[in-house]
Amino acid sequence: MHSEKQYIELYEECRGMIKKHSSEVMNTLRDRAFDDFRRMGFPSKKTERYKYTDIDKLFEPNYGLNLKRLDIPVNPYEAFRCDVPNLSTSLYFVVNDAFYTKATPKTHLPEGVIIGSLKTEAEKNPELIAKYYGKLARTEEDAITALNTMLAQDGLLVYVPKNVIVDRAVQVINILRSDVDLMANRRVLIIVEDGAEIKLLFCDHAADDRNFLTTQVIEAYVGNNAGLELYCLEETHAKNVRVSNLFISQESDSRVNHNVITLHNGVTRNRTDLVFNGEGGECSLCGCVIADKNQHVDNNTLIDHKVGHCNSHELYKYVLDDKSTGAFAGRILVRKDAQKTTSYETNQNICVTKEARMYTQPMLEIYADDVKCAHGSTVGQLNDAALFYMRQRGISDKEAKLLLESAFINEVIDRMQLEPLRDRLHHLVEKRFRGELSKCEGCKLCK
Amino acid sequence: MLEIKDLHAKIGDKEILKGINLTINEGETHAIMGPNGSGKSTLSAVLVGNPLYEVTAGEALFHGKNLLEMNPEDRAHEGLFLSFQYPVEIPGVSMTNFMRAAINEKRKYEGKEPLNAADFLKLMREKRKIVELDSKLSNRSVNEGFSGGEKKRNEIFQMAMLEPKLAILDETDSGLDVDALRTVAEGVNKLKTPETSCIVITHYERLLEIIKPDVIHVLYKGRIVKTAGPELAKEIEKRGYDWIKAELGE
Repeated sequence: MHSEKQYIELYEECRGMIKKHSSEVMNTLRDRAFDDFRRMGFPSKKTERYKYTDIDKLFEPNYGLNLKRLDIPVNPYEAFRCDVPNLSTSLYFVVNDAFYTKATPKTHLPEGVIIGSLKTEAEKNPELIAKYYGKLARTEEDAITALNTMLAQDGLLVYVPKNVIVDRAVQVINILRSDVDLMANRRVLIIVEDGAEIKLLFCDHAADDRNFLTTQVIEAYVGNNAGLELYCLEETHAKNVRVSNLFISQESDSRVNHNVITLHNGVTRNRTDLVFNGEGGECSLCGCVIADKNQHVDNNTLIDHKVGHCNSHELYKYVLDDKSTGAFAGRILVRKDAQKTTSYETNQNICVTKEARMYTQPMLEIYADDVKCAHGSTVGQLNDAALFYMRQRGISDKEAKLLLESAFINEVIDRMQLEPLRDRLHHLVEKRFRGELSKCEGCKLCK
Repeated sequence: MLEIKDLHAKIGDKEILKGINLTINEGETHAIMGPNGSGKSTLSAVLVGNPLYEVTAGEALFHGKNLLEMNPEDRAHEGLFLSFQYPVEIPGVSMTNFMRAAINEKRKYEGKEPLNAADFLKLMREKRKIVELDSKLSNRSVNEGFSGGEKKRNEIFQMAMLEPKLAILDETDSGLDVDALRTVAEGVNKLKTPETSCIVITHYERLLEIIKPDVIHVLYKGRIVKTAGPELAKEIEKRGYDWIKAELGE
């Protein structure tokens, strides 16, 4: 299969239109991204970082693209009932790949903070965006990054200037909305300058019962002594394909907490690359996955300890039911000069059925000689002795399984710092295991 | 209350119970003693429906209902309780959530509304006193990191919460120091009513000095080979089992 052909042809044909409806800064990288994409093509399953997800097949179907940036009618407040309702957040919407400007949220962001359309902001502040755009997400080394860079016309900018602390969490709801099968290429740029802090919650939802394919590239720059909490929650449906690349760079003494939660999906591939550029950085990458039916979730991470005196923690947990498949590959690279590095990586998985499959590959690559590192992974079943113990106390088989599965996932959720989200997720996880989230709860279809 | 007739059971290909006959009436306490590997724990496991064991013949009626046809949770709802010899640790499930699920499923079975949070916590507090269980333990995961003594106390605490009609105590005294043994055994006595019955599986007479049984059975090679009054425990303590084996012609 060579699915890249249709994208190459599309770009050759629509290059002008794509550029016309985007911004100058984003256009600068477009042709080079195209060259890189044409040269590489989609990665095959022989490519190390794509071993567990057949990218070529995912991109084979014919999706529509909204290259002319037609306004898609939607009232997110009506169409969408948010699943994290008690969370007091500043709320924004991104429809497919476009920042939704019609609803002006009643929020009071600190002065200088920008949450807005990447395209618009790139026109207003070309110098700021040009300084960061495409610097972490390098098109020459990843075909998805290249494809996104060549096709993405808009997306989201989050900018927190120096020493500004955004107290209230910012929630961005990505709504997939279309009357035809749709491909969306969303681009996100997060800049947290020195000493600044922000908590971001991205929720992915699909509002229509269509086939959706989303590519997303997020670049996050976290400055000296800055803090970023980034939660990505996916609650879509079985016809949704999400391919997301997240690149994070951390300067000295910065803190990053990233959590990716897949509650409901079709096929999901999340790549997370994090690099420590300055000493004293700390990061925690966590993820939890609940999958059943034929769902597929692949989390692929790389933590690059380029410099010493940084701590990284990784915890990913999966519960796979029915014929679902999961994959986790986590590489930790401790470079020669990265002395006094601490790094712990754990991946634990439960296959509820014999048909469920988990591929796990924790990797430690250490070139320094004074470090503390550990990695490990487990794949197992629910504990029969515990199940029987609970049943002897009168708890039904179904309820006992649910308690055990929830307890397993809760270890990840309990590490989250955003308390209302934690409470809400406990509830959502339980509902998910009860089978009450069989469709995306937020969408109008299921109301 | 419980009527066991010619009960046979095996694990894998190994037959362990080879024809157990036992009748327990309301209000009675029976002790089951016997050498290691004679089938005492198997009997308790079979009665509560542990799926590891397969019943090959015989029957067990509980209040006239066929126990062996019921799933484990319904046996519990009918009033059967097992204090496990080795209580299981369940990381991530708090004692409170665990007990709330157990209590409310039982109430559902009985056609009652679930307990509200306040009443439930009040019940927890009351029942904890019976075995002097530390209140901190209820916030912890079930049995996780509990000491041996705490685990056994926790079993009796659960018994107090669930108010079973028939409780089986499988070596509840093992691994307990003298004081903990007293607390646990006295806890069992406090829960005793004229309507409830108890099967105590033990190796030691000292437990039976506090929980006074009406009858003592000796289980050997999958059969009950001797049944006598409470004095039998003292004799076993003194003389071991060889004389009973000799009586059997071994």
